[in-house]
Amino acid sequence: MYNPFSLQGKTVLVTGASSGIGRAVAVECAKMGANVVITGRNTERLNETFLALAAGEHLQIVADITTESGINSLVENLPKLDGCVNNAGIAQPLLVQQIEKQDINEVFDINTFAPIVLTQKLLSNKKLNKKASLVFTSSISGVYCSAIGGSLYSASKAAINGFIKGAALDLAGREIRVNSVNPGLIATNIFSEGTVTAEQLDEEIKRYPLRRFGKPEEVAYAVIYLLSAASEWVTGTNLKIDGGFTLL
Amino acid sequence: MELSQFIQDFASCFEDTDASEFTATTTFKDLDEWDSLTTLAIIGMCNKKYATKVTGAEIRESATIQDVYNLLTTKQ
Ligand SMILES: NC(=O)c1ccc[n+]([C@@H]2O[C@H](COP(=O)([O-])OP(=O)(O)OC[C@H]3O[C@@H](n4cnc5c(N)ncnc54)[C@H](OP(=O)(O)O)[C@@H]3O)[C@@H](O)[C@H]2O)c1
Repeated sequence: MYNPFSLQGKTVLVTGASSGIGRAVAVECAKMGANVVITGRNTERLNETFLALAAGEHLQIVADITTESGINSLVENLPKLDGCVNNAGIAQPLLVQQIEKQDINEVFDINTFAPIVLTQKLLSNKKLNKKASLVFTSSISGVYCSAIGGSLYSASKAAINGFIKGAALDLAGREIRVNSVNPGLIATNIFSEGTVTAEQLDEEIKRYPLRRFGKPEEVAYAVIYLLSAASEWVTGTNLKIDGGFTLL
Repeated sequence: MELSQFIQDFASCFEDTDASEFTATTTFKDLDEWDSLTTLAIIGMCNKKYATKVTGAEIRESATIQDVYNLLTTKQ
Protein backbone atom coordinates (compact mmCIF):
# COMPACT_ATOMS: atom_id res chain seq x y z
CA MET A 1 0.00 0.00 0.00
CA TYR A 2 1.25 3.51 -0.83
CA ASN A 3 2.34 5.25 2.37
CA PRO A 4 5.08 7.90 2.38
CA PHE A 5 4.86 8.08 6.20
CA SER A 6 5.71 4.42 6.77
CA LEU A 7 8.44 3.52 9.26
CA GLN A 8 8.72 -0.06 7.98
CA GLY A 9 12.25 -1.41 8.49
CA LYS A 10 13.41 1.59 10.53
CA THR A 11 14.85 1.27 14.04
CA VAL A 12 13.91 4.14 16.34
CA LEU A 13 15.05 5.01 19.89
CA VAL A 14 12.51 6.78 22.10
CA THR A 15 13.55 8.32 25.45
CA GLY A 16 10.97 9.01 28.16
CA ALA A 17 8.98 6.10 26.76
CA SER A 18 7.66 4.99 30.16
CA SER A 19 4.96 7.67 30.18
CA GLY A 20 2.87 10.22 28.31
CA ILE A 21 4.10 11.48 24.95
CA GLY A 22 7.07 9.08 24.79
CA ARG A 23 4.82 6.09 25.34
CA ALA A 24 2.45 7.24 22.59
CA VAL A 25 5.41 7.85 20.23
CA ALA A 26 6.72 4.31 20.84
CA VAL A 27 3.31 2.71 20.38
CA GLU A 28 2.46 4.66 17.21
CA CYS A 29 5.92 4.13 15.67
CA ALA A 30 5.59 0.37 16.19
CA LYS A 31 2.15 0.51 14.52
CA MET A 32 3.82 2.25 11.55
CA GLY A 33 6.22 -0.68 11.21
CA ALA A 34 9.25 0.53 13.18
CA ASN A 35 11.37 -1.57 15.49
CA VAL A 36 11.58 0.55 18.61
CA VAL A 37 14.08 0.76 21.44
CA ILE A 38 12.36 2.28 24.45
CA THR A 39 14.06 3.77 27.47
CA GLY A 40 13.05 5.37 30.79
CA ARG A 41 13.87 5.04 34.50
CA ASN A 42 10.79 3.28 35.84
CA THR A 43 11.05 -0.46 35.05
CA GLU A 44 7.39 -1.25 35.59
CA ARG A 45 5.97 1.56 33.47
CA LEU A 46 8.56 1.01 30.77
CA ASN A 47 7.48 -2.60 30.58
CA GLU A 48 3.82 -1.50 30.30
CA THR A 49 4.82 0.44 27.19
CA PHE A 50 6.78 -2.55 25.90
CA LEU A 51 3.72 -4.80 26.25
CA ALA A 52 1.61 -2.26 24.33
CA LEU A 53 3.88 -2.37 21.24
CA ALA A 54 2.62 -4.00 18.02
CA ALA A 55 4.70 -6.97 16.83
CA GLY A 56 8.32 -6.18 15.90
CA GLU A 57 11.91 -6.53 17.07
CA HIS A 58 11.66 -4.19 20.03
CA LEU A 59 13.99 -3.62 22.95
CA GLN A 60 13.62 -1.97 26.36
CA ILE A 61 16.52 -0.48 28.29
CA VAL A 62 16.10 1.04 31.76
CA ALA A 63 18.46 4.00 32.27
CA ASP A 64 18.73 7.38 33.95
CA ILE A 65 20.17 9.35 31.06
CA THR A 66 21.24 12.24 33.30
CA THR A 67 24.02 10.04 34.70
CA GLU A 68 27.24 9.18 32.87
CA SER A 69 26.86 5.46 33.62
CA GLY A 70 23.19 5.44 32.62
CA ILE A 71 23.70 7.10 29.27
CA ASN A 72 26.77 4.96 28.51
CA SER A 73 25.01 1.69 29.23
CA LEU A 74 22.09 2.80 27.07
CA VAL A 75 24.35 3.67 24.13
CA GLU A 76 26.38 0.44 24.45
CA ASN A 77 23.24 -1.66 24.19
CA LEU A 78 21.79 0.13 21.17
CA PRO A 79 21.50 -1.31 17.67
CA LYS A 80 22.11 1.00 14.67
CA LEU A 81 19.37 3.60 14.52
CA ASP A 82 17.41 5.31 11.76
CA GLY A 83 15.73 7.62 14.23
CA CYS A 84 16.09 8.98 17.75
CA VAL A 85 13.28 10.74 19.61
CA ASN A 86 14.72 12.78 22.49
CA ASN A 87 11.62 13.14 24.56
CA ALA A 88 12.41 12.61 28.28
CA GLY A 89 11.84 15.80 30.23
CA ILE A 90 10.46 17.43 33.35
CA ALA A 91 8.45 20.58 34.09
CA GLN A 92 8.67 22.17 37.53
CA PRO A 93 7.14 25.61 37.79
CA LEU A 94 9.29 27.90 39.89
CA LEU A 95 9.24 31.67 40.26
CA VAL A 96 12.38 33.54 39.19
CA GLN A 97 13.05 34.93 42.67
CA GLN A 98 13.20 31.39 44.07
CA ILE A 99 15.58 29.87 41.52
CA GLU A 100 18.80 28.38 42.89
CA LYS A 101 21.70 26.89 40.93
CA GLN A 102 20.56 23.40 41.90
CA ASP A 103 17.14 24.01 40.27
CA ILE A 104 18.79 25.09 37.03
CA ASN A 105 20.90 21.93 37.03
CA GLU A 106 17.91 19.69 37.71
CA VAL A 107 15.86 21.02 34.80
CA PHE A 108 18.72 21.39 32.34
CA ASP A 109 20.23 17.98 33.15
CA ILE A 110 17.30 16.09 31.66
CA ASN A 111 15.68 18.64 29.33
CA THR A 112 18.81 20.03 27.68
CA PHE A 113 22.10 18.34 28.58
CA ALA A 114 20.92 14.70 28.26
CA PRO A 115 19.59 15.08 24.68
CA ILE A 116 22.74 16.91 23.58
CA VAL A 117 25.07 14.37 25.20
CA LEU A 118 23.04 11.48 23.78
CA THR A 119 23.24 12.95 20.28
CA GLN A 120 27.02 13.29 20.59
CA LYS A 121 27.39 9.72 21.87
CA LEU A 122 25.18 8.27 19.12
CA LEU A 123 27.48 9.93 16.59
CA SER A 124 30.82 9.06 18.19
CA ASN A 125 29.73 5.44 18.72
CA LYS A 126 28.51 5.25 15.12
CA LYS A 127 25.00 4.28 16.12
CA LEU A 128 23.29 6.38 13.44
CA ASN A 129 22.62 5.12 9.93
CA LYS A 130 22.94 7.49 6.99
CA LYS A 131 19.76 9.54 6.54
CA ALA A 132 18.86 9.10 10.21
CA SER A 133 16.30 11.51 11.67
CA LEU A 134 16.71 13.09 15.11
CA VAL A 135 13.56 14.48 16.68
CA PHE A 136 13.40 16.47 19.92
CA THR A 137 10.27 17.03 22.00
CA SER A 138 10.65 20.72 22.72
CA SER A 139 7.65 22.88 23.64
CA ILE A 140 5.81 26.04 22.64
CA SER A 141 7.19 27.30 25.95
CA GLY A 142 10.46 29.15 25.52
CA VAL A 143 10.23 29.08 21.73
CA TYR A 144 6.90 30.87 21.14
CA CYS A 145 5.64 31.86 24.60
CA SER A 146 6.05 31.12 28.29
CA ALA A 147 4.00 30.85 31.48
CA ILE A 148 4.16 32.08 35.05
CA GLY A 149 6.82 30.07 36.88
CA GLY A 150 8.02 28.73 33.54
CA SER A 151 11.28 30.62 33.08
CA LEU A 152 13.63 27.69 33.72
CA TYR A 153 11.59 25.23 31.68
CA SER A 154 11.35 27.75 28.83
CA ALA A 155 15.11 28.33 28.92
CA SER A 156 15.78 24.58 28.79
CA LYS A 157 13.54 24.14 25.73
CA ALA A 158 14.72 27.27 23.90
CA ALA A 159 18.28 25.96 24.30
CA ILE A 160 17.25 22.73 22.59
CA ASN A 161 15.80 24.64 19.65
CA GLY A 162 19.08 26.51 19.29
CA PHE A 163 20.98 23.23 19.38
CA ILE A 164 18.75 21.79 16.66
CA LYS A 165 19.64 24.57 14.23
CA GLY A 166 23.40 24.12 14.61
CA ALA A 167 23.21 20.34 14.67
CA ALA A 168 21.12 20.34 11.49
CA LEU A 169 23.96 22.17 9.75
CA ASP A 170 26.73 19.96 11.18
CA LEU A 171 24.95 16.76 10.17
CA ALA A 172 23.46 17.76 6.81
CA GLY A 173 26.49 16.32 4.99
CA ARG A 174 25.51 12.86 6.19
CA GLU A 175 21.88 13.56 5.34
CA ILE A 176 21.03 13.28 9.03
CA ARG A 177 18.09 15.55 9.81
CA VAL A 178 17.44 17.32 13.10
CA ASN A 179 14.01 18.73 13.97
CA SER A 180 11.69 19.38 16.89
CA VAL A 181 8.05 19.07 17.73
CA ASN A 182 6.74 21.90 19.91
CA PRO A 183 3.55 20.89 21.71
CA GLY A 184 1.15 23.02 23.69
CA LEU A 185 -0.54 21.47 26.71
CA ILE A 186 -0.92 17.71 26.30
CA ALA A 187 -2.87 15.63 28.82
CA THR A 188 -0.11 13.54 30.47
CA ASN A 189 1.29 12.90 33.95
CA ILE A 190 3.67 15.84 33.66
CA PHE A 191 1.12 18.04 35.45
CA SER A 192 -0.19 15.39 37.84
CA GLU A 193 2.28 16.40 40.56
CA GLY A 194 -0.40 18.91 41.42
CA THR A 195 1.45 22.21 41.11
CA VAL A 196 -1.22 23.20 38.66
CA THR A 197 -4.73 22.93 40.06
CA ALA A 198 -7.76 21.48 38.27
CA GLU A 199 -9.32 24.97 38.27
CA GLN A 200 -6.24 26.44 36.63
CA LEU A 201 -6.38 23.76 33.95
CA ASP A 202 -10.07 24.55 33.31
CA GLU A 203 -9.13 28.21 32.85
CA GLU A 204 -6.23 27.25 30.61
CA ILE A 205 -8.42 25.19 28.25
CA LYS A 206 -10.36 28.38 27.37
CA ARG A 207 -7.16 29.82 25.91
CA TYR A 208 -7.00 27.08 23.26
CA PRO A 209 -8.87 28.03 20.06
CA LEU A 210 -9.51 24.33 19.37
CA ARG A 211 -11.12 24.13 22.85
CA ARG A 212 -9.17 21.24 24.32
CA PHE A 213 -5.70 20.09 25.30
CA GLY A 214 -3.77 17.83 22.94
CA LYS A 215 -3.52 14.07 23.11
CA PRO A 216 -0.15 12.30 23.28
CA GLU A 217 -0.90 10.52 19.95
CA GLU A 218 -1.29 13.88 18.25
CA VAL A 219 2.34 14.65 19.06
CA ALA A 220 3.32 11.13 18.00
CA TYR A 221 1.82 11.64 14.52
CA ALA A 222 4.03 14.70 14.01
CA VAL A 223 7.06 12.76 15.22
CA ILE A 224 6.23 10.00 12.71
CA TYR A 225 6.21 12.55 9.89
CA LEU A 226 9.65 13.83 10.95
CA LEU A 227 11.03 10.27 11.22
CA SER A 228 9.63 9.15 7.86
CA ALA A 229 10.89 9.61 4.33
CA ALA A 230 8.03 12.10 3.82
CA SER A 231 10.16 14.76 5.55
CA GLU A 232 13.48 13.97 3.83
CA TRP A 233 13.96 17.62 2.81
CA VAL A 234 13.04 18.99 6.24
CA THR A 235 15.78 19.86 8.70
CA GLY A 236 16.29 22.42 11.48
CA THR A 237 12.58 23.05 11.77
CA ASN A 238 10.15 23.42 14.69
CA LEU A 239 6.76 21.82 14.23
CA LYS A 240 4.19 23.57 16.42
CA ILE A 241 1.30 21.42 17.67
CA ASP A 242 -0.81 23.58 19.93
CA GLY A 243 -4.48 23.74 18.98
CA GLY A 244 -3.95 27.34 17.90
CA PHE A 245 -2.80 28.49 21.36
CA THR A 246 0.03 30.73 20.17
CA LEU A 247 -2.16 32.52 17.60
CA LEU A 248 -3.87 34.56 20.28
CA MET B 1 9.65 23.66 62.69
CA GLU B 2 8.39 26.85 64.33
CA LEU B 3 4.96 28.31 63.61
CA SER B 4 6.20 31.90 64.04
CA GLN B 5 9.03 31.34 61.57
CA PHE B 6 6.64 29.65 59.14
CA ILE B 7 4.29 32.66 59.29
CA GLN B 8 7.25 34.91 58.40
CA ASP B 9 8.20 32.65 55.50
CA PHE B 10 4.58 32.59 54.37
CA ALA B 11 4.44 36.40 54.48
CA SER B 12 7.62 36.63 52.40
CA CYS B 13 5.71 35.03 49.48
CA PHE B 14 3.61 38.21 49.22
CA GLU B 15 4.98 41.42 47.73
CA ASP B 16 2.58 44.14 48.83
CA THR B 17 0.66 42.83 51.84
CA ASP B 18 2.14 44.10 55.11
CA ALA B 19 3.82 41.39 57.21
CA SER B 20 1.72 42.44 60.23
CA GLU B 21 -1.41 41.14 58.46
CA PHE B 22 -0.18 37.56 58.74
CA THR B 23 -1.11 35.46 61.77
CA ALA B 24 -1.88 31.77 62.24
CA THR B 25 -5.58 32.46 61.70
CA THR B 26 -5.22 34.66 58.60
CA THR B 27 -7.51 33.36 55.85
CA PHE B 28 -4.95 34.09 53.19
CA LYS B 29 -7.20 33.56 50.17
CA ASP B 30 -9.15 36.65 51.23
CA LEU B 31 -6.08 38.85 50.82
CA ASP B 32 -6.20 41.19 47.81
CA GLU B 33 -2.86 39.94 46.62
CA TRP B 34 -3.87 36.27 46.57
CA ASP B 35 -3.56 34.66 43.11
CA SER B 36 -1.98 31.75 41.26
CA LEU B 37 1.41 33.46 41.50
CA THR B 38 1.34 33.47 45.30
CA THR B 39 0.29 29.80 45.21
CA LEU B 40 3.43 29.04 43.22
CA ALA B 41 5.53 31.13 45.57
CA ILE B 42 4.21 29.18 48.58
CA ILE B 43 4.79 25.81 46.87
CA GLY B 44 8.35 26.90 46.11
CA MET B 45 8.92 28.18 49.66
CA CYS B 46 7.65 24.91 51.26
CA ASN B 47 9.87 22.89 48.94
CA LYS B 48 12.98 24.98 49.51
CA LYS B 49 12.77 25.98 53.18
CA TYR B 50 11.04 22.88 54.53
CA ALA B 51 11.97 20.25 51.90
CA THR B 52 8.29 19.35 51.63
CA LYS B 53 6.28 19.06 48.43
CA VAL B 54 2.77 20.51 48.66
CA THR B 55 0.39 20.74 45.73
CA GLY B 56 -1.67 23.65 44.46
CA ALA B 57 -4.81 21.70 45.34
CA GLU B 58 -3.66 21.23 48.95
CA ILE B 59 -3.04 24.94 49.34
CA ARG B 60 -6.44 25.76 47.88
CA GLU B 61 -8.04 23.35 50.36
CA SER B 62 -6.36 25.11 53.29
CA ALA B 63 -8.14 28.09 54.81
CA THR B 64 -5.62 29.54 57.27
CA ILE B 65 -1.85 29.71 57.57
CA GLN B 66 -2.19 27.32 60.51
CA ASP B 67 -3.82 24.80 58.12
CA VAL B 68 -0.83 24.98 55.75
CA TYR B 69 1.52 24.65 58.72
CA ASN B 70 -0.38 21.55 59.90
CA LEU B 71 -0.27 20.12 56.39
CA LEU B 72 3.50 20.51 56.38
CA THR B 73 3.98 18.91 59.79
CA THR B 74 1.92 15.87 58.76
CA LYS B 75 4.05 15.55 55.63
CA GLN B 76 7.41 15.95 57.32
N1 LIG C 1 2.63 17.31 28.49
C1 LIG C 1 2.78 18.50 27.97
O1 LIG C 1 1.88 19.34 28.04
C2 LIG C 1 4.02 18.88 27.21
C3 LIG C 1 4.00 20.03 26.42
C4 LIG C 1 5.14 20.40 25.72
C5 LIG C 1 6.28 19.62 25.81
N2 LIG C 1 6.28 18.50 26.59
C6 LIG C 1 7.52 17.71 26.65
O2 LIG C 1 7.24 16.38 26.28
C7 LIG C 1 8.16 15.50 26.88
C8 LIG C 1 7.41 14.33 27.52
O3 LIG C 1 6.53 14.86 28.49
P1 LIG C 1 5.25 14.09 29.05
O4 LIG C 1 4.17 15.08 29.16
O5 LIG C 1 5.03 12.84 28.32
O6 LIG C 1 5.78 13.80 30.55
P2 LIG C 1 5.70 12.54 31.50
O7 LIG C 1 4.44 11.79 31.26
O8 LIG C 1 6.00 13.05 32.85
O9 LIG C 1 6.93 11.64 30.99
C9 LIG C 1 8.26 12.07 31.16
C10 LIG C 1 9.19 10.96 30.72
O10 LIG C 1 10.54 11.41 30.87
C11 LIG C 1 11.26 10.41 31.54
N3 LIG C 1 12.36 10.95 32.34
C12 LIG C 1 12.33 11.99 33.21
N4 LIG C 1 13.50 12.14 33.81
C13 LIG C 1 14.33 11.17 33.30
C14 LIG C 1 15.69 10.81 33.50
N5 LIG C 1 16.47 11.47 34.37
N6 LIG C 1 16.20 9.76 32.80
C15 LIG C 1 15.43 9.08 31.95
N7 LIG C 1 14.14 9.38 31.70
C16 LIG C 1 13.59 10.42 32.37
C17 LIG C 1 10.25 9.72 32.43
O11 LIG C 1 10.73 8.44 32.74
P3 LIG C 1 10.45 7.72 34.17
O12 LIG C 1 9.06 8.10 34.57
O13 LIG C 1 10.60 6.28 33.86
O14 LIG C 1 11.46 8.25 35.10
C18 LIG C 1 9.02 9.70 31.54
O15 LIG C 1 9.05 8.59 30.68
C19 LIG C 1 8.97 16.34 27.87
O16 LIG C 1 10.21 16.68 27.29
C20 LIG C 1 8.12 17.58 28.03
O17 LIG C 1 8.89 18.71 28.39
C21 LIG C 1 5.18 18.11 27.29
